[in-house]
Amino acid sequence: MQFLPVAGEENTRQQEQVAEAGIIELAGLAEEVDSGDVCCGGPAPPRSNPFEKPGYELKGYVRAFLRKNGDDIPLVKTSLDRRDRLGTLLARLGINRDDYRVPPGLYGTGSPDADSPVLVTANYKLSFDFLRRELAGIDCWLLVLDTCGVNVWCAAGKNTFSTDELVRQVENTRLAEKVNHRRLIVPQLGATGVAAHHVKLKCGFRVVYGPVRSSDIGQFLDNDMQASEKMRSITFTLWERFELIPVEFYIFGKKIWWVFPLLFLLAAPTPDFLSLTDVWRRGLLSSGAIILGAVSGAMIVPLLLPWIPGRSFAVKGALSGLLFGGLLAWLSGVRPVEGTGLLLVFTAISSYLAMNFTGSTPYTSPTGVEKEMKGAIPLQICALAAGVLMWLAGPFV
Amino acid sequence: MACRTLCIRRNSLKSLRYLKGVASIKVERKRCVGCSMCLIVCPHRVFAIEEKKAVLADRNGCMECGACATNCPTDAISVSPGVGCASLIINRWLRGKNIDTGGGCC
Repeated sequence: MQFLPVAGEENTRQQEQVAEAGIIELAGLAEEVDSGDVCCGGPAPPRSNPFEKPGYELKGYVRAFLRKNGDDIPLVKTSLDRRDRLGTLLARLGINRDDYRVPPGLYGTGSPDADSPVLVTANYKLSFDFLRRELAGIDCWLLVLDTCGVNVWCAAGKNTFSTDELVRQVENTRLAEKVNHRRLIVPQLGATGVAAHHVKLKCGFRVVYGPVRSSDIGQFLDNDMQASEKMRSITFTLWERFELIPVEFYIFGKKIWWVFPLLFLLAAPTPDFLSLTDVWRRGLLSSGAIILGAVSGAMIVPLLLPWIPGRSFAVKGALSGLLFGGLLAWLSGVRPVEGTGLLLVFTAISSYLAMNFTGSTPYTSPTGVEKEMKGAIPLQICALAAGVLMWLAGPFV
Repeated sequence: MACRTLCIRRNSLKSLRYLKGVASIKVERKRCVGCSMCLIVCPHRVFAIEEKKAVLADRNGCMECGACATNCPTDAISVSPGVGCASLIINRWLRGKNIDTGGGCC
C-alpha cells in the first residue's frame, strides 16, 4: 500500500489507521501553519490537502475518499454549495454550458459497501449535482459515464450515453471487484442509448431502469426498485419550460447581434435624406421588432405552450407573433406600410424560434418536426423577405 | 375547479400533444415475447400489453426516442429514431442529408 506524503505526524498516524480500508474525511486533513507574526493579509491559510496531486484539482464536491482494493474512491457531498448553485445558474443562462463536466468514473455517497446499489449517470455537472443532492443519507455508488458533458437524455440520443460506454466504465472502474451484486440502476431516459440485454451479455451486469427524475430516486430505492407510473412518465411543467428559456435567447443573440448595427444603416434612406431623428426612430423600431419577436417565440410560446392553440410549434409562434406584434404595432402608432413590414418580420422570427423550441421539448418527434418545418420554413422566409422590403419602402409611400 | 388543478392538467403531457399520425413506430406482433421492457422504458407510456403481447395504445404520443426499439430483445419494434429538433434538421439539410450523431442540437 502506497502512502500519501503527509506533513505532520498526527496526520500520518490518522492516515495509517485508515490506510488499509476505510473512509478518509477531507475536512480538517489539511495542516494548519503557524505563521507567527504576519505583515499582510492575516495568518496563512492551511497547507494543501494531502489528496491534492500535481496536475490534478481536488473538486469541491468531494467530501472524503474511500480506500478500497488499492483505489481511492471519492465520496461526494449530498448538498450543493454556493459554487455549485452559481454553476447551475450560469449553465442555465447558457454561459459555460458546453464545458461543465465531472470527471467520469466511480464515486460514492454516504459509506457505500459491497452491497450498495450502483447508480449510473452522465458527466454533465447539472445531472451529477441533481442526482447527488437527492442522496442524503443513502449509501450508494455513482458510476459517471463520459457523455462529453451532456445530460443523460441528450447524450443517449447522441449515443454517448450508450451500451458501450457503460460497459467500458464498468470495466475501467473494476466495478465487479467492488460490489457483490451485478445490478446497475440506469436512469430511464438513458434507455434510448442503452440496450439492457446487450449490457448483460457484455459485462454480466443487469440493467434496472430507475425513475425519469432524480428526485424520485430515494422513493425508488425504498420501494424495492419499483417505479410507479408517475415516476416513469415525463413531464413538461411551467417551471421546466421556464428553465430552458435563457439558453434559447443566448444562442439566438449570439447568432444575430450583427444585425442591429446593420439595421441603423439600412434605416438611413428616407425622402428627407439622412434626417437623424428618423433614422434613429426607424433603427430602434426595427431592432425592437426583432428583439420582441424573439421574446414572443422563445419566451411567450414556451411559457404559454398549453394555452396557445395549434399542435405545430411554427403555428403557435406565428399566432403569438401576430397577436403580440399586432398589439405593439398598434400601440406604437407606426405608419401602416412600415408597420405591416415590421409585423411580418416579427411574426416570422416568432414562428421560427417557436419551431426551434421543439429541440428543447420532451415530446416532439423528429418525423413531426421535419413535417412542420417543410411547411413553415418557406412561409417564414417569404414573410421575412416581404417584411424587410415593406420596411425599406415604408418612408417612400 | 381550482386554478392549480386546471394548470396541472393543462401542463401534463396528456394535454400537451404533438402532430397526429406522423410517428413511424411499428410493433411486429409475431416477434413480441411479451417481456414488457418497452412498457418500462417508454417515457410517454404509449404501450400496453394485450393477450401477452405489446400493443401501441397511444401511437400519437410517441416521440420516436427509440428507447423501446433499443431495449427490445427480439427486435419486434421498429422506429426511425432521432431527436425532434429543428436546428438539428436544418443543419442536416444544409450539409446534404449526411446524418451523424454529433448534430449540435441540445
